[in-house]
Amino acid sequence: MDILTLFVVVPVLTVVALIFTRNLQQARLTALTGFLIQTAMAFHLVWKYLAERKAGNNDIMLFTKDALWFPDWNIHYSIGVDGISVLMIMLTSLIVLAGIFVSWKVDDLPKEFFISLIMLASGVFGFFISLDLFTMFVFYEIAVIPMYLLIGIWGSGPREYAAMKLTLMLMGASALLLVAILGIYFHSSADGNYTFNILEIAQNAHIPVEVQKIFFPLAFIGFGTIGALFPFHTWSPDGHSSAPTAVSMLHAGVLMKLGGYGIFRVAMYLMPQGTQFWTDFFLILAVIGVVYGAYAAIQQTDLKYINAYSSVSHLGLVLFALLMLNKVAWNGAMLQSLSHGFITALFFALIGMIYGRTHTRDVRQMRGLLKIIPFIATAYVIAGLANLGLPGFSGFVAEMNIFMGGFLNNDLYRKILTVLAVSSIVVTAVYILRVVGMMLMGPPKEEHKNLPKVFWYERTAIYILIFFITLIGILPFWWLKIIEPGVENFLKPFI
Amino acid sequence: MIEGVSIQMILTFTTLLFFIGLYGFVTRTNLIGMLMSVELMLNSEAINFVAINMYLFPGKLEGGMFSLFILALAAAETALALAIILQVYKRTGSVDVKEVKELKY
Amino acid sequence: MTDFGYTLWIPLLPLISFILLGLFNRFFKEPGAGYIGMLSLGISWLLSIYTAWQYFFVWGPAEGKYEPVIPFKMHWITFGENLSIDMGILIDPISVMMIVVVTTVSFLVHIYSRGYMHGDEGFARFYAYLSLFSFSMLSLVLSVNLFQIYIFWELVGVSSFLLIGYYFVKPSAIAAAKKAFIVTRFADFFFLVGILMIGYYAGTLDIETLNNLSFIEKIITENQGIVFMGLSVLTWALILIFIGGAGKSAMFPLHIWLPDAMEGPTPVSALIHAATMVVAGVFLVARLFPLYYHVGDGFALRVVGVVGAFSALFAAVIALTQEDIKRVLAYSTMSQIGYMMMALGVSGFEGHEGLGYMAGMFHLFTHAMFKALLFLAAGVIIHAVHSNLMKDMGGLHKYLPVTSWTFLIAALAISGIPPLAGFYSKDEILHAAFEYSTVMWFVGFFVAGLTAFYMFRLYFRIFHNKKTEYAHPPKEDSKFMTAPLIILAVLTFFVGWVFTPFSQYVTPTREVFHYEIHWTSPLVWGSILIGLAGIGAAYFFYFKPTEYPQKVASAFGAGYKWAKNKFYMDELYMFVTKRIIFDKISRPAAWFDRNIVDGFMDSIGNTTVWISEKIKLIQSGRMQEYAIYFVYGVVILILIFYYYNY
Repeated sequence: MDILTLFVVVPVLTVVALIFTRNLQQARLTALTGFLIQTAMAFHLVWKYLAERKAGNNDIMLFTKDALWFPDWNIHYSIGVDGISVLMIMLTSLIVLAGIFVSWKVDDLPKEFFISLIMLASGVFGFFISLDLFTMFVFYEIAVIPMYLLIGIWGSGPREYAAMKLTLMLMGASALLLVAILGIYFHSSADGNYTFNILEIAQNAHIPVEVQKIFFPLAFIGFGTIGALFPFHTWSPDGHSSAPTAVSMLHAGVLMKLGGYGIFRVAMYLMPQGTQFWTDFFLILAVIGVVYGAYAAIQQTDLKYINAYSSVSHLGLVLFALLMLNKVAWNGAMLQSLSHGFITALFFALIGMIYGRTHTRDVRQMRGLLKIIPFIATAYVIAGLANLGLPGFSGFVAEMNIFMGGFLNNDLYRKILTVLAVSSIVVTAVYILRVVGMMLMGPPKEEHKNLPKVFWYERTAIYILIFFITLIGILPFWWLKIIEPGVENFLKPFI
Repeated sequence: MIEGVSIQMILTFTTLLFFIGLYGFVTRTNLIGMLMSVELMLNSEAINFVAINMYLFPGKLEGGMFSLFILALAAAETALALAIILQVYKRTGSVDVKEVKELKY
Repeated sequence: MTDFGYTLWIPLLPLISFILLGLFNRFFKEPGAGYIGMLSLGISWLLSIYTAWQYFFVWGPAEGKYEPVIPFKMHWITFGENLSIDMGILIDPISVMMIVVVTTVSFLVHIYSRGYMHGDEGFARFYAYLSLFSFSMLSLVLSVNLFQIYIFWELVGVSSFLLIGYYFVKPSAIAAAKKAFIVTRFADFFFLVGILMIGYYAGTLDIETLNNLSFIEKIITENQGIVFMGLSVLTWALILIFIGGAGKSAMFPLHIWLPDAMEGPTPVSALIHAATMVVAGVFLVARLFPLYYHVGDGFALRVVGVVGAFSALFAAVIALTQEDIKRVLAYSTMSQIGYMMMALGVSGFEGHEGLGYMAGMFHLFTHAMFKALLFLAAGVIIHAVHSNLMKDMGGLHKYLPVTSWTFLIAALAISGIPPLAGFYSKDEILHAAFEYSTVMWFVGFFVAGLTAFYMFRLYFRIFHNKKTEYAHPPKEDSKFMTAPLIILAVLTFFVGWVFTPFSQYVTPTREVFHYEIHWTSPLVWGSILIGLAGIGAAYFFYFKPTEYPQKVASAFGAGYKWAKNKFYMDELYMFVTKRIIFDKISRPAAWFDRNIVDGFMDSIGNTTVWISEKIKLIQSGRMQEYAIYFVYGVVILILIFYYYNY
């Protein structure tokens, strides 16, 4: 079996193994083993990828494989990766791994919880390796559905409402997406041999400009909804605040990245003229998302809401960068996807830990946590600093690439929008420091004096995430070397 | 082919039988009564099959076969329906269709 | 050719110490952590001195000019052909001077903190932050790339945030830390936009290239046509970069964070908020001086000069009225930095013209010494008296003799009394200002008098004036604290002499330029006399408890009240942030999101639910109804087929 298919098979095997587990202890160990293997495979994939590139393999996609599974419609199981998907796979396995550590003590239906979580992850892996639009769509749906169960069953607060809202909005977006995919399919080639294969469609370059103009916005909004495109982002605050910790981590850390990734792989690559026609409009939405998400975050009092709006702002930057259509900005977009994945997962993990101790997520109800749970609080400060783009952490390098890329465009319109987007860094500092000041600093509250210290599994999760945040922040050139070939290939239709 | 009996008469009869069954099905509230009405409708169809076969395609057997099928089906259906009715009776203490509304929506 | 590769260790050693103390915080107890910090900074300091010696005397000038050396450089992020973020080390007269300043003050502060922070539970954490700061500041001044400056600019900002908020249980410290970070972050936003503009319009961020005169010529002609509000884009970029510098250097109107930053431990105030980080803005302008001077006929530079002069005056006036000794020193710092900015602003480029630049950098150097000394002395006083307020002090001379003498030396230095450090640099600045314009000179001259007055007001009120009864007799109980005072006092005595390297090698063109004091010139005597006059007035008012201060204050009436309340700048900022940004932008944004955007999405869902509520009534659950619908359906279908067939 080839190394890519394994990424879908191993989670499925883990799920099968999980079915036979009896209690929490067995369930979490099985899940952990499964994901340790998965993480090892992800690193192995990065290594193999680098070796392959070094050996001079300049294909757009490496490790490709193709199998026909529905002949009438020419649907293939067609897989392959480039640097970007390799890194996304790595991100996913690390975040799921950290998520398993964070849910070490999930006491409610542990087996089912891990099964859903890993099903979700397998959908995400499938999405990242697919080259066939239809298969990609199938995996996308596999990733979205378990979310309903995870939030609806293990969530908190108005969880049925949140789960329903999230699922319905994402389903609505999928409907648009399906229309766009079919639109692409039926214009994919001149001689009637329609295909779903991304690379073939791009090679044929047959989709008429008029058609692109119709289907690009559908695809963009379809993917953009899960990537928190303003004004289709409102599922995110509700969904995140109700979801259990590991699910928030996985959802904000990975699932929301499917949006930017899909736009990059499908909407833009296959419909370049449509993209150019629509960028000016969508740029405005992206910038509104960036600035407005940041301002909205200032007013929130629930930690998860703050972080959800912060995600709206930061993922707005990803869309913003993608719409800038140049290499620097796209490098930035990919780095930002990775960086936001790690940072936001760290945030949600920490929020889960704090909530598990104080039983509140209201920042006004907490004070002086640095004195009581110093490790978690310090990690929260680090996450906050990383989030506001402090050099040395991943957010900075990503943002600087994005801003530079935005500014390198020749027209004044984009420069002005870039300056507006840059202004969000100040607002980010305000809402981060507000939380740090209110919740972590100050004299501790009497009733919080005896909170339990950090446990080893929490510590492990925090270390994993912080390690990668700093690694991206300190060695961006290493990561850019993996990202760049992919970006260059996908930028070709625009040059 | 029965002497002195035209196909119109048989069809009129079965139609009457069918609508009696339908009327019974719609108006009865007793489950067993409803079941009987359904049987009435089925039987009217069975007669129809046999009559049309005999009068229009005398050399063939399909009509007869169909009525045999209907008989078998009716038997199975009755058994199933009675079992359900029995369960309903156990649960609600009556065989009145108005009592059985849990399956609504 | 000397190999300067070892200079890499100057910033790396504090980094190593930070990583050690930061990651293994729990394993280091009180003295150990301090010694690790001191050791790393001590070696850095020795290396810096060695570098200076090597660079100035061994490597030497080529044809009277110090060429820059780049011992280490790597591409960190590449944007384009010439456009990249590089990490590296640039050695030239300014950076050599800066590393000497930073390591000297930092090393002394490390020693001093060993006494000052004695018994504090976050001892190791404190040293970790200090090391982080030293690393960032050293990397900042050694930058090869404008973006590298920005990166470490942010890092010094965050170290400053962490150190101001060091006593994180105190609400005032939290507020001050937040304020410092957000105000400087706001300024950094402009800085970043300025960098982006330079990156786009000049096509490179490499400092050496940007300062190349023919390159400047080239980009000026290339971007001639792009004008906004009468100024070329490059001028705008430089003004934006200066706003960034003004934020960090506490220039009006972005100065509001500096007085509050005094909430941090006093050694931190000495290191960060007096000697090193706050002069980063001056360093930044000096770093890009050729650009500032040549682009747009020096318009941006004039802005720097005017802002500097105004801040100097503004802060000096406020300093006259403050009661908290650290705040007086903070405003004094702001005023002195304004002085440096003014010096840069009035400077020309070559030879004698470049006097202002040279004087500004020289003043930066001397100021770092005596201002650090003042703060460290203030730290001893606060440590002894347990109060920041002048009203709790008085007559301390006999309790704290070392502090008193060293404070006096520093106060004389800042007042510009020869032969102490401040005299030479201040005199050069006034000279340069006089050649530029009389108004600028007069502002500088007047501020010099005010400076002398408020410094001695401070000195007399702390050490003489009334005899206060103390619950515990104050004493200088730690050698770790008095030793740095003495070292700095000695330095304050010597470093200002005009033949030291830093007074003649740090010039815009990097050519050696020697400045002679013209003892016969009225300018020199004028500046000495105004200093003496200030001291005399302070003596008259404050040496003994008198009625005069009260009377003068009431004579000025509203003016005094305004100055005492810092001209209501804080209130203005609070109004803008709280009333406008929070209430008028942020709250509506949050409301809009929950009610309009989300409301719309919800209403789609609710409409669907409403329709389904209506439709589901058809499903009554009554068998017979279903049967009737069915029959009706069949009848309708039959009718339809019948109609179409016949």
